[in-house]
Amino acid sequence: MHEFSIMQSALNQALAEARTAKAARVHELRLRIGVLSGVVPDALQFAFEALTPGTSAEGALLTIEEVPAKFWCAVYNQEFVSANLYSECPDCGQPSNELRAGRELELSSMEVDCV
Amino acid sequence: MCKECGCGLSAGAPVTVSGHDREPEHEHGHHEHEHDHGDHEHHHSHEPEGEQRQMLELRRSILEKNDRLAERNRGFFGAHGVLVLNVLSSPGSGKTTFIVETIRRLGQRLKTAVIVGDLATDNDARRLRESGAPVVQINTGTVCHLEADMVARAVKQLDMPRLDLLIVENVGNLVCPASYDLGEDLRIVLLSVTEGEDKPLKYPPIFHSATVVIVSKMDLEKACEFKRAEAMANLRHIAHHAQLFEVSAKTGAGLDQWCDYLVRQHEAVKRKC
Repeated sequence: MHEFSIMQSALNQALAEARTAKAARVHELRLRIGVLSGVVPDALQFAFEALTPGTSAEGALLTIEEVPAKFWCAVYNQEFVSANLYSECPDCGQPSNELRAGRELELSSMEVDCV
Repeated sequence: MCKECGCGLSAGAPVTVSGHDREPEHEHGHHEHEHDHGDHEHHHSHEPEGEQRQMLELRRSILEKNDRLAERNRGFFGAHGVLVLNVLSSPGSGKTTFIVETIRRLGQRLKTAVIVGDLATDNDARRLRESGAPVVQINTGTVCHLEADMVARAVKQLDMPRLDLLIVENVGNLVCPASYDLGEDLRIVLLSVTEGEDKPLKYPPIFHSATVVIVSKMDLEKACEFKRAEAMANLRHIAHHAQLFEVSAKTGAGLDQWCDYLVRQHEAVKRKC
């Protein structure tokens, strides 16, 4: 549900950047979305298509990189990716207190046409 | 071939396109390429005259504005020595009753106020006022969560220097509010025994973000055939870092330990202020 307002916020920032760069058109917008961010990429895609018509990003491509949950194991001194989002280290079984990646809601880059 | 655009240039030339930092590096002005068209002659441009494709690196949080306002709230709350809770759960898991009973049980120990968010109606605000605490209702309309600026505006209606504890009851929703920092000290997520043991596995982002998990409606544990051990194991997988309280707002079970915890947390906030 909140993907619309998140996409609106991302788009506003991107369009402002495009104006600053004197870009006529946005070709592609790239986001990084963590699996623990609480945001669904498909819903962002839908919101993007609904929000871009009439803007310089109309018809642009939205590319979403999903960032997996990565924890730090203090026992084995290693990072591990958790596919099921459990915080236990697969090697030692101890739960991790440190999430190192997976909560990103990030505007990473965009491609534009400049005049 | 260039990995960015497939234009066929090899590495070597310096990067001039903003953010184009991946190897191989080369100049990206397409109409400046020299390329071989064999033994025929023709003139064309790859792109419309005067236009140039550029990559802009952004690398910033989409919720930058909310995060900034949340930090401002946090500073403001901290300066007043007020402990702030962001209370989250699905609709109907007992947030309002839990908050009312918490305030009653705290009595004079902590001077408390509540900000409550709902899409519509002030029913919760009226119920919360029965506790005697000042209450500000935020009607979010169609918005499914509270944001930092809504809280900042609501706080203006409260007498902050007289408060010890501010409880923000978020919109009942286990998904959207997880993304929005309000500037709280503690994030409290409720799981009622009527909701099922696997809620933490179904909604990991919000349970992972919790500082405290309250298992509520414990008086209904038997009636719901709540599998306590299974629920605790699921909470450990997703939110083992969270402090856990099992309470019943109806019978009062577990509320004393919870209130003692809040008093200790408030002392810690006061010391920092």
